[in-house]
Amino acid sequence: MIDNFVIPLVKILVVLNATLVGVTYMVLLERKVIAWAQSRLGPMRVGPYGVLQPVADAVKLMIKEDITPVRADKWVFTAAPIISMVPALIVYAVIPFGPTVSIFGHPVSLFVTDVNIGLLYIVSVASVGVYGIILAGYASNSKYPLLASLRASAQLISYEVAVTLTLVSIILMAGSLSMVSIVNAQYNQHVWYAFVQPFAFGIFVIGGLAETNRAPFDMPEAEQELTGGFHTEYSGMRFALFFLAEYANMIVVSSVATTLFLGGWLRPFPNVAALHFLDLIPSWTWFLIKSFLFLYFFIWIRATLPRYRYDQLMRLGWKVLIPFAIANLVVTGILKVLLA
Amino acid sequence: MFDTNELVLNMGPQHPSTHGVLRVVLRLDGEKVVDGDVVIGYLHRGIEKLSENRNWTQIILLTDRMDYVAAATNNVGYCETVEKLMAIEVPRRARYVRTILCELQRIASHCLWVGTHAMDIGAMTVFLYAFRERELILDLFEEFCGARLTYNSMRIGGLPLDIPPGWDKKVLEFVKIMTDKVEEYEELLTHNRIWLERTKGIGVISGPDAIALGLSGPPLRGSGVLRDVRKDEPYAAYDEMQFDVPLGKAGDTYDRYLVRMEEFRQSLRIIKQAAEGIPEGPIVGKVPRLIKPPAGETYHAIESPKGELGYFIVSDGKSTNPYRFRVRPPSFCNLQGLRTLIKGHLVADVVALIGSLDVVLGEVDR
Repeated sequence: MIDNFVIPLVKILVVLNATLVGVTYMVLLERKVIAWAQSRLGPMRVGPYGVLQPVADAVKLMIKEDITPVRADKWVFTAAPIISMVPALIVYAVIPFGPTVSIFGHPVSLFVTDVNIGLLYIVSVASVGVYGIILAGYASNSKYPLLASLRASAQLISYEVAVTLTLVSIILMAGSLSMVSIVNAQYNQHVWYAFVQPFAFGIFVIGGLAETNRAPFDMPEAEQELTGGFHTEYSGMRFALFFLAEYANMIVVSSVATTLFLGGWLRPFPNVAALHFLDLIPSWTWFLIKSFLFLYFFIWIRATLPRYRYDQLMRLGWKVLIPFAIANLVVTGILKVLLA
Repeated sequence: MFDTNELVLNMGPQHPSTHGVLRVVLRLDGEKVVDGDVVIGYLHRGIEKLSENRNWTQIILLTDRMDYVAAATNNVGYCETVEKLMAIEVPRRARYVRTILCELQRIASHCLWVGTHAMDIGAMTVFLYAFRERELILDLFEEFCGARLTYNSMRIGGLPLDIPPGWDKKVLEFVKIMTDKVEEYEELLTHNRIWLERTKGIGVISGPDAIALGLSGPPLRGSGVLRDVRKDEPYAAYDEMQFDVPLGKAGDTYDRYLVRMEEFRQSLRIIKQAAEGIPEGPIVGKVPRLIKPPAGETYHAIESPKGELGYFIVSDGKSTNPYRFRVRPPSFCNLQGLRTLIKGHLVADVVALIGSLDVVLGEVDR
């Protein structure tokens, strides 16, 4: 009873809430880090050093007037933020934050579930999210959002291919689609895949930036060109859902990158006995540290780089990343056969 | 089976990247700009007509409100025009201070330009870095004349006040700081791959075309045409200063960017020379109590940060206000080029090109 119902429900509750809190604080982190990069302070008024800023933002967004444009397609307009947000949250079901540990005598795995097609699940669910953006642009019945949603769909198609191809080379290495097995394979093979698959790692990071619509690939919401892009017509909580979905996706991408390329919950050099004292730090902490470094990298990029143009982005995707990803996959396959 | 329609997109007057109240009606084929109609006039305040009912000194204050990010150059331009009409000799000390103010103003204006231009292309950090240094210039202006934006910092025949004690030292201090900061901006942009892809080959205009469109200032020099009023028809104390006029080659957005970045350095060079060599002496020339220029007309141009800023003034010799007051604003003339430049480019390039021309709508509409 406890093992079958209570523990999974508690886990879902914890993961969902941790994600939502994490996402709101991600917004604060981004504002703070960018502020430091730009020699200013960032939010400082709400709470000490602005730590309560996300709460204030949430309250403000919830009590704001929620406007639906008269000419908008009302149902689609309402559904779009939900379609954008839900996939970003349910992806967390298969992300392993740690191995199975024992809590009060009960074996508890630090992931909601471990399905044997975990990676496939992530790829397919995550790509549903972009429909939210496309539908938002279409339903708003306004020109700037329409242009943004066209950009979003083109961008997603070109980058999903490259990113998925890099994932295939990881599957070849690990011999499994299950997220937990991939981490265990890295333990057994004594290496993080980032070191044996540097090209795949690079392509994944670039593609990840593009898929989450982050700078320098944030064309669908390019404020300076499209005045906010697909969420121009949105206000209040519906706007907040898009906003949260973007940050939730960022966390997904960094979690997936951590799991596939940086050994997930494993400590650095997991097979070196001399570093055994590092095991004192719980496994999920390593996972969070690695993901955090990724998120920091995303923010850092945003503070540094200008934005690509839409056609240059396509060129980069189709002419550089996809050929590289295919070549990487072929070489991985050949080496795998030769070395076996 | 399918047919395509052109999409008419109204960019502005409320748009984050049109630098004020510029409106561009774009006709798009996909995201490609087929044609763009530039609509201006949203900030028209009738400054030229208003000036005909103000006396000669009161007009200085109105010139502040034209190019409001470079008020001091406007003041200098106007005062020199009236001085030319009245044949007033301006003391050397005043001319030196005017040169320093003009060049400080050029750096402040270029700071605002580099920040907003980079922000339009998506690099937002440069904006805050540039504003950090612009703040130092505003502090210097505040110390000199008490205002931070609309300075009213000039009088016909000289300066309203002498420079505060130690001000020239602070200016030299600023030159030292700014020299490093310009490198900092360049580090973020000049060799950045994305920046190069976004600006190289965008909005190319040849030298003869630029002349035909009446461009001036950095957009003209970016196309390789050597024309700088400071060199060609020196005013203030520019004839005593050593400086180079940077020129571009390709005439694209990147070259216009490089020209302005080099102007930062040349301006610092001029400020250093002028601040080190401020001569002693009076600050106002021999100006009659009642300013009433003789009947006649005159045109005088100076090099404002945006280009050639000219004033055409007609005096009837009887009244204490101008009979006709006309400005040749560089932003207005440079904006003529926008329609030619944006044709065939993408929406994302339109904002880059508006930024590259560096227009101030207060000056376009007057």
